[in-house]
Amino acid sequence: MSASNAAAPVLELRDVSKSFGPVVALRSGSLRVEAGSIHALVGENGAGKSTLVKVVAGVHRRDSGTFELGGEAVDFSSTAESKKSGVAVIYQEPTLFPDLSVTENIFMGRQILARGRRIDRPAMYAEAERLFDRLGVRIDPRRPAEGLSIADQQIIEIAKAISLDARLLVMDEPTAALSGVEVDRLFAVARSLRDEGRALVFISHRFDEVFDLADTVTVMRDGSYIDTLTIADTTPSELVSLMVGREVDELFPKVAAEIGEPVLQVRGLNRAGVFHDIDLEVRAGEIVGLAGLVGAGRSEVARAVFGVDAYDSGSVSVSGKPVKGNDPRSAIRAGMAFIPEDRRKQGLVVDSSVTRNVAGVIRRRIAKAGLLTTSMENRAAGPWAGRLEVKTSALDMNAATMSGGNQQKVVIAKWLATDPKLLIIDEPTRGIDVGTKAEVHRLLSELAGQGLAILMISSELPEVLGMADRVVVLCEGRVTAELDRADATPEAVMHAATHHLEDVR
Amino acid sequence: MSNTDIERPRPEAEVSAGEALLVEPSRLSPTRRALTTVLRSRELSIFLVLVAVVVLATTKNNGFIFSNDGWRNFLLNPSILLLLAVGQAVVIITRNVDLSVGSVMALTAYLTGRLFIEMPDIPIVVVLAACLLVGAVLGLVNGVLVAYGGVPALVITLGTLYIYRGIMLTWAGSDRINAGDLPREFLQLGTRSVLGIPLLTIMALVVLAIVGYYLYTARGGRELYAIGSDPDAAVLYGLPVRRRLLAAFVLSGALAGLAGALYTARYGTVSSSVGLGIELQAVAAAVIGGVAIFGGSGTVWGAAIGAFLLVTINRALPSLGIEDFWQRAVVGALILGAIVLDRVLARRQARKLAESRDHS
Repeated sequence: MSASNAAAPVLELRDVSKSFGPVVALRSGSLRVEAGSIHALVGENGAGKSTLVKVVAGVHRRDSGTFELGGEAVDFSSTAESKKSGVAVIYQEPTLFPDLSVTENIFMGRQILARGRRIDRPAMYAEAERLFDRLGVRIDPRRPAEGLSIADQQIIEIAKAISLDARLLVMDEPTAALSGVEVDRLFAVARSLRDEGRALVFISHRFDEVFDLADTVTVMRDGSYIDTLTIADTTPSELVSLMVGREVDELFPKVAAEIGEPVLQVRGLNRAGVFHDIDLEVRAGEIVGLAGLVGAGRSEVARAVFGVDAYDSGSVSVSGKPVKGNDPRSAIRAGMAFIPEDRRKQGLVVDSSVTRNVAGVIRRRIAKAGLLTTSMENRAAGPWAGRLEVKTSALDMNAATMSGGNQQKVVIAKWLATDPKLLIIDEPTRGIDVGTKAEVHRLLSELAGQGLAILMISSELPEVLGMADRVVVLCEGRVTAELDRADATPEAVMHAATHHLEDVR
Repeated sequence: MSNTDIERPRPEAEVSAGEALLVEPSRLSPTRRALTTVLRSRELSIFLVLVAVVVLATTKNNGFIFSNDGWRNFLLNPSILLLLAVGQAVVIITRNVDLSVGSVMALTAYLTGRLFIEMPDIPIVVVLAACLLVGAVLGLVNGVLVAYGGVPALVITLGTLYIYRGIMLTWAGSDRINAGDLPREFLQLGTRSVLGIPLLTIMALVVLAIVGYYLYTARGGRELYAIGSDPDAAVLYGLPVRRRLLAAFVLSGALAGLAGALYTARYGTVSSSVGLGIELQAVAAAVIGGVAIFGGSGTVWGAAIGAFLLVTINRALPSLGIEDFWQRAVVGALILGAIVLDRVLARRQARKLAESRDHS
């Protein structure tokens, strides 16, 4: 197929769009990937990269635009069709079957068959070992996928994609959870695949990787194609200005706040296999950024501090008073508020009105004789939503139909209504468009200015560096650095986020 | 439950076989690996419980197993439940459930009688095939509603449980099928033995063997596990999720259909109460046999042993002089025990797997 169409690019997308209800995820995506090349796709979170990838993978069907593979127009309605056409995709979040063995995970749906269409397990184990050798990792092919670290899960995803023998390999942030050595091995494999004449699409937030690996780069912003450049002819700063399209400072309107007494004190928090000896302190008016690679245990620490998950040893106290472990209610009583990563699932009653959501956490306080009326809820919720400029025409609007940014504001409003002393917020701007991002940032900054202590977890380095007064870096469940705002450079944070791994291995 | 779980003192550097089986099974020799897998399996522990029940009942009453009737009942009684449990296990593995099997069974049981009354000369094979087919069609209805309707199987099959039962009641009216309506050869199907093993049991075991073999060695079988383990990931893998779900429900329906025909052959009479509540016994058999109710793990072998255990306990308890209330309570305790054990083992395993990360 590729021989007959040698001149055509392996993948060509022109003006592809995709909306989910009122939310436009992809306005006009274009991408042209040649055989034998590694093409980087860069853009901020929410720029539409992942949606573009999912269109190519057949997860989503595009609303409009052209989509050609090897010069032929295609229209995938399922991932099975894209696989059959030679497209392999490594998704941002690993998608494995925890109950099945690592080998079954790699070969599911296309197992090696022996006589009589029976699965040939020995051949599969041998092939899996060969793949792991090529990737230079030691994972037992017979063990279950359950309990693998995020990095190892990512390796399985990569092994799966390589074993597909695809002509187009799309990698959506494959390095987010990997250590230096593993990244090097992945890149070696990627280069050898390129030299075999395959086309690769590589998505990453790390510019050093983009410049190290790719030969061409396409920039996206706000769901649209911006430009395609040859790596040799561009610089990181040019890419940044193309990606952001505005001054970076304006994104992080940091208000200087007076730092007060310690609010949150965490001492020696431990959970076997997840995190170890975590010491943390957040003072009133201070924003502490919790940085680290995906899978470093940031969210797990936050969940343990708030009491959603149990911990083995250590202590958590708020304003000097100890907080019981594994008991979110006592954490709330102590003045903690927690906004989880997945706000749709864990932070918001999506099928309910803004009012209900805001009034929900304080229903006990506003109820009269145990009864709650809509007017009581409206009275209690109104001021909060107004203060946060939630753009909903009316308070009774369903939260499910709001944009990510407004949803996030509703979640924040909900918790502010409880009058907390400490706000723990996990990935405050994930899935939020750039304009609203700045509003969320300003809001957090203002709240800190009013004396709220904020513990912010973020995978976006610029966000951490722009917002935090202090940055605590986690690596493999341990604190590897604590940096003041002045010392927190991207290099220092990334070094701390990866160096523990390299020391050990 | 199984004695292999007892912590033995061991030298620091060496990991126990159980732990290695979890994290690095390839480090064990193939025979040791196979042995450890069998020793740690749920199927073995529940089989041992079954053996214990049989031994206990036999010491009390020699005829429990060492009489012609005892031996025959031991093998014959669980056969019909076994068929249902196999189908149920396949559905549960995909993270669904089929509550309509009792009603499907009742429908085809009555259909069997009706066919023989209307056409006395109809070949038995045709009747069996018709029951399989009707069961498959009823299962297909469940499957289509679950796979394409996006409604939880619990709700769908609870609905069809009543609908199918309603159809049967409307059709049968106050009619009942009696042994006199059925040809002798057909009734012999329910009583004949080959080499001391009842024919019904042989049929059930053959079905069990085919399904068990398919689940372990065929792509389609493994995909059922994958779908139950993580339905969203299964879609991303490009697995034919809907087709597999349809197949699982069709199989469950077809086996229930067959069970209906065999029920008529075994008991000779069909009343409107045939198979009332048997769907819950089938679910219980699967769960006791180690099929995780959230899908993704377990085997039909376990479900089959679970069916044997349920039926045998029900027969053993009266002969052990245990009151009716406690008989039911024992079954309840078994189910709760199985589920609690599942959770405890799963948590222990998750913890061990997480801890192993610290040492690597």
